Amino acid sequence: MTDFLLGLIGFGVIFLSAVLMGVFTALRRKSPPAFREIPAFTRLRQAIGRVVEDGTRLHVSLGRGALITPQSASAMAGLTLLRRLAELTSAGDQPPIATSGDAALAILSQDTLKTASHASAQGVYDPAAGRLTGLTPFSYAAGALPAIRDEKISANVLMGNFGVEAALLAEAAERENTFTLAASDNLAAQAVLYASVQEPLIGEELYAAGAYMDAGPLHTASLRVQDILRWLIIVVILVGVLIQFLRAVGIL
Amino acid sequence: MKLKGIFSTVIAIAFGLLVLAGYLFGVNASGTPSLLGQLEAFILNVAVILAGFAVLVGIINLLIVHSGKIRQKQKGAFYSAILVITLFVTFLLGLLAHYNFPVVRSLFSGVFLSIQLPIETSLMALLVVTLIYASIRLLRRQLNLLSIIFLITAFLILVGTAPWPFLGDVPILSNLRGWIAQFPAGAGARGILLGVGLGTLTTGLRILFGSDRPYGGRNG
Repeated sequence: MTDFLLGLIGFGVIFLSAVLMGVFTALRRKSPPAFREIPAFTRLRQAIGRVVEDGTRLHVSLGRGALITPQSASAMAGLTLLRRLAELTSAGDQPPIATSGDAALAILSQDTLKTASHASAQGVYDPAAGRLTGLTPFSYAAGALPAIRDEKISANVLMGNFGVEAALLAEAAERENTFTLAASDNLAAQAVLYASVQEPLIGEELYAAGAYMDAGPLHTASLRVQDILRWLIIVVILVGVLIQFLRAVGIL
Repeated sequence: MKLKGIFSTVIAIAFGLLVLAGYLFGVNASGTPSLLGQLEAFILNVAVILAGFAVLVGIINLLIVHSGKIRQKQKGAFYSAILVITLFVTFLLGLLAHYNFPVVRSLFSGVFLSIQLPIETSLMALLVVTLIYASIRLLRRQLNLLSIIFLITAFLILVGTAPWPFLGDVPILSNLRGWIAQFPAGAGARGILLGVGLGTLTTGLRILFGSDRPYGGRNG
């Protein structure tokens, strides 16, 4: 198959997804969608309530997904959640802090916190709230550990591209007896987080955070589009298996 | 939305579309690079240069955060002071090494080989203990079928990968490990990766629609 043909197929999938997202966004206004319950998000809302009541802080770790790599999508999902969480905790005494392992991501987290602070009642923005803690996986984790330990954190959200170093962050959060929700697009990190975090999110649940935290109609529409595309992939795989089977038995 | 927000959104969407088009149609039907492909390469090169500047901004941010800790005598200010001092020393060594001072150059590489590398390796070793402890805690936290399957699978992969003392490689265990890695774990991993791929696609589309704007302005 030539690169040009692959490009055409890719364009078709993206175009179909874009159209479906538009349609579902329009339809959502008529009938709100119902999603399966993910307990982690229910507990996150409770943890946010406690952050506001206690006067403690929320820590969002965005991982190290560089913006010019495919891993940036998980970082973008993390930034969307950071924005929503900053809005939800805006009634509290302390703004959330965001740590990241990529410089451009740290700048975006500062911008996100700044915009969210303008929307809050206090309107106070702390430039030190969005931080770069290290540029290598372990220096990033080591730099984020003091934030979890020393800054009156009562809820941690690890959302983005992490490797196995996420276990160190999860362990620190566990020692402080704080709520921890974690998700990564990396398979090894997902396995590690499953073992070490109270509320791990597996696979595409990372990208569902915006929809479950009411970040906007396009977020709920994207979940429905993902479901449709998943069924399409299942059909394609089954048809492929059937064709291979028929070829093997000599019918095709 | 303010004018600045509209401007940045338009630029982000336009360049996002150009890069996407270049990625999809970067090669002509004849197999030669198209104009879109060349444009995509140019934009990505500019993005790499900007990312380099972002590192500089990020390091200044790191310096500001830790200087603030030292000034306010917060908990861990001592470690912040060590970080700031080593940052300046390494920066200076890096600058001098650039101008071909042989002694400084070996000192500069020594900082990485003798300090940073061993520390990161130690953290990796610490991770092993952390994970063993987390596995024990997993059963205490959620004793269910999935957790048990998870731990048994991890155990079987471990014993099938490492050679046994006095026995060396045990064929039954290494075959079992191969089967688990290739079939149940492989199938599960592909399912998860397909989900991640679909999530990546819709996240990218939301940014192209201007719904998610991490570069400022309200999300919608």
